[in-house]
Amino acid sequence: MKWLMVGLIVGSTVLADLLQSFEMKRHGEVEVRDLHPTRVGGMLAGLARRGLLILAVFFMAISFFAFMKLLSVADLSFAVPVTAASVVIETILARLVLKEQVSLMRWAGALCVAAGVALLAV
Amino acid sequence: MTPARMVLEESAPSNLSRRHVDFKTKVLTMFVVFANVFGNFCLSWGMKHQAPVLANSPLVYIQTIFSPWVLLGTTVLVVWLLSRMTLLSWADLSYVLPVTSIGYVITAFVGRYFFGEQISWQRWLGTFAIMMGTILVGLTTPNTTSHSASDELAK
Repeated sequence: MKWLMVGLIVGSTVLADLLQSFEMKRHGEVEVRDLHPTRVGGMLAGLARRGLLILAVFFMAISFFAFMKLLSVADLSFAVPVTAASVVIETILARLVLKEQVSLMRWAGALCVAAGVALLAV
Repeated sequence: MTPARMVLEESAPSNLSRRHVDFKTKVLTMFVVFANVFGNFCLSWGMKHQAPVLANSPLVYIQTIFSPWVLLGTTVLVVWLLSRMTLLSWADLSYVLPVTSIGYVITAFVGRYFFGEQISWQRWLGTFAIMMGTILVGLTTPNTTSHSASDELAK
């Protein structure tokens, strides 16, 4: 059950993040002034019309409920770090799908994070 | 803000603007990290202290969601989600992910001191590796894709 939940969390997190990053880049930079309480509603309404973003939130919801289930059967200091396995998968997909320039330093950083996650899961 | 003023700001000296963009990205990154840690803390506190062990019944899920700590945690995580979406409009996914991983380290400390969870030396080593990864990625330029501020500055 524990590892099934971990798999579900990682898979849906990867999809959610890729969709979010793709759609937010397409939307363009959110301006700081759009975060003002009187304007944030309009900004959110604009975001709510983006289909892929809704799909991303759906995957986040799956990930969230699976995470809640995991928290009820495992320690927080196990549950949170183990889900970070998505970092490496997402870095690879950011390079391949989102065409980001992943420098050597970023690969090294992502691998450090992954190694850290592996150690946390021991 | 008037369009004229926006044009003025965009044509400001490039190194100054770049520093401004990096600064606001870093401030928001910190906010995203703390919202995540605090949200997870509330959620975990609620799950350990109030909620019954989750059954597969949807009713139990709903009952759990409306317990105070879980509700607070969920609200904070909604704020986290929105601030993270904003951050993703400013910076690469391959930047945001490793850099916000520092939250795992803070969460480990929270787990240790508030929940009395045992943290083995492997977990501390893992924590250290995550910190190194965060620092390495944090030193890179946040946005490398076509819509980036650096492209605008290059015009």
